[in-house]
Amino acid sequence: MNNAFLTWFRTRGLFSWLALAVVLLVLFPLLLDSFRLGLVGKYMTYGFVAIGLVMLWGYGGVLSLGQGVFFGLGGYAMAMFLKLEASDPESTKIQSTPGIPDFMDWNQLTALPAWWEPFQYLPVALLGVIVVPTLLAFVIGYALFKRRVGGVYFAIITQAIALILTVLIIGQQGYTGGVNGITDLKTLLGWDIRTDSAKLVLYYVCAILLLLAILGCGWIQRSKLGTLLLAMRDKEDRVRFSGYDVAMFKTFVFCLSAMLAGIGGALFTLQVGFMSPSFVGIVPSIEMVIFAAVGGRMSLVGAVFGALLVNFGKTYFSESFPDLWLFLMAALFIGVVLAFPNGLAGLIDSHIKPWLARWRTAKAAAPMAPADPAPPPVPAAAAQPPEPSLPAHLAQEKT
Amino acid sequence: MSMTDLYNITLMQGFAGLSLFSVLLLMGLGLAIIFGQMGVINMAHGEFMAIGAYTVYLSSVLAERFVPGFVQAYFPFAILLAFMVAFAVGWLAEWALIRHLYKRPLDTLLATWGLSLGMQQVFRSTFGPKEVSPTLPDWLMGSWSPSEGLDIPINGLFVMALTLLVTGLVMLALYRSSWGLKVRATVANRPMANATGINTRRTDRVTFAIGCGIAGIAGAAFTTIGSTGPTSGSLYIVDAFLVVTFGGAASLLGTVASAFGIAQTQSITEFFLDGSMARVLTLLTVVVILMIRPQGLFAARIRK
Repeated sequence: MNNAFLTWFRTRGLFSWLALAVVLLVLFPLLLDSFRLGLVGKYMTYGFVAIGLVMLWGYGGVLSLGQGVFFGLGGYAMAMFLKLEASDPESTKIQSTPGIPDFMDWNQLTALPAWWEPFQYLPVALLGVIVVPTLLAFVIGYALFKRRVGGVYFAIITQAIALILTVLIIGQQGYTGGVNGITDLKTLLGWDIRTDSAKLVLYYVCAILLLLAILGCGWIQRSKLGTLLLAMRDKEDRVRFSGYDVAMFKTFVFCLSAMLAGIGGALFTLQVGFMSPSFVGIVPSIEMVIFAAVGGRMSLVGAVFGALLVNFGKTYFSESFPDLWLFLMAALFIGVVLAFPNGLAGLIDSHIKPWLARWRTAKAAAPMAPADPAPPPVPAAAAQPPEPSLPAHLAQEKT
Repeated sequence: MSMTDLYNITLMQGFAGLSLFSVLLLMGLGLAIIFGQMGVINMAHGEFMAIGAYTVYLSSVLAERFVPGFVQAYFPFAILLAFMVAFAVGWLAEWALIRHLYKRPLDTLLATWGLSLGMQQVFRSTFGPKEVSPTLPDWLMGSWSPSEGLDIPINGLFVMALTLLVTGLVMLALYRSSWGLKVRATVANRPMANATGINTRRTDRVTFAIGCGIAGIAGAAFTTIGSTGPTSGSLYIVDAFLVVTFGGAASLLGTVASAFGIAQTQSITEFFLDGSMARVLTLLTVVVILMIRPQGLFAARIRK
């Protein structure tokens, strides 16, 4: 029974998930001080975007360069609620119009714009965090995928959308806070989010949501839907001729990635305490792709580690060696494409796992092997390096 | 406001549109070759333009320091030099990076983005983080006023003339030269082009380098309009890609038409709205049209 459980655990890739859970929930809170833990919490929100990209890019084969848009929309929806709470008439009584956010007052607005009104209520704001990015993704995805736009053109159009949203946010200063974004966020329903204890709670909320999201995406990957996504990525026409509506599947996975990015953005706002257009535009959007690429575009857990690592690197290098950072980033982009297209997770699959397997069989062979019915794990990924981008459970079926 | 005022405003507005048109076209031309013809997504296109701009800056500094008498005349040579430097770097980039990635367009995108980051840092380390602009010869400054109340900036005219020249040359090269024939043959059917004895790898490299060289010319021309910083290349990249995609990727005529359309929309909306809203509206129009008509304005008929 024990072994059956272990096999069940392994085929679902839950060991790496468990490792991530231990690192995020136990190791980091124990080892890091509250400032660094806050940083990790911030990086984790990028993890949401990264796993969305694993689903969209690794599995769906669609590269979006506009994930920052969804991250930003989620973040702004949350920030609007927090800002409205922070600018009650009492604390903004020095303004010429009390009760509206400070940047509106600076821009000579005298009343709250109508589309800000619903965001006074937390449930509406939370709904907005999820619905607004998903809806936008649906409109974009449906329009483009139905016309069989994919690949490069999709990437360019999503990038243009990222630019549009940035220009719009910066240009409409009175409604959006302009280039500074929405700042000075203080409380969530009266609960001060700036204290250390609140940050710790938010960290755990973020970590648990992230782990749940990974489980959910993993479940989708192993379902028929996941297999279909892979089939579409590799031979789109065959899937279409088999009678599947390829466009709708692609739209679905695009919406999923947008929703995850939106949740990430909202958690970002909560933990960092502001939201600005610098997390929306072209550069952050493409950096989000590199998180997934470094971690491994086929591995959910890998992508989260990728997001953490790249951001750690960014913080460390841009503090200590600012000149080196861009070179390192350039090397990352080029190296990940030329040398290890499946990222860290791919490296582990092709190097560490076979080595582990060899070590295990050697150990099992030397002392009269006790009944070890666990089949000697075939190094699935290493057995077929030319096509390394199949997930473990499918690759194993193939061998 | 009298009739002549209205007439002058219309004329100047029209000129602003044409000026923007030539800027967009010059920006898109190199990309129309690299992305439109070869299908390579060169995200470092803006940085190749920056190479051109920095080359002009460097030659202006050198001309000022060593041959002060040459300052009035260096500019055309600097443009030529900009082409050559960008051509050389493009050649190198194709050899080191692009040629490994022809079959993986999305990966090219990431790799060239990495390249652009590296180039930006090189610019920053070499020329400093501040924006620079070359000393322009006197004949490029000021404006031309054919009649009372009408001011047409000379640098705008210069860019326009250069755009006309470069577009003409590219058209000629692409449709009347043996290189153009090879490029078009390679685009249309690579194995068949190979079979007829065209060295497609060499064609690829030369084509990529020429596209980069044209980007260098564009960057050189833009020094007459604005200053250059390490990250100015990244400002152009989305516009350049939209111009090419909107026109219909494999059609040079489409690039011209789309640059014209985008520039006119932008300059007309700019007249009524503020700059950022005009930009949003223009980009949005382009994106919506692309959603409805993904193949762009001029769809090339290529057998796939």
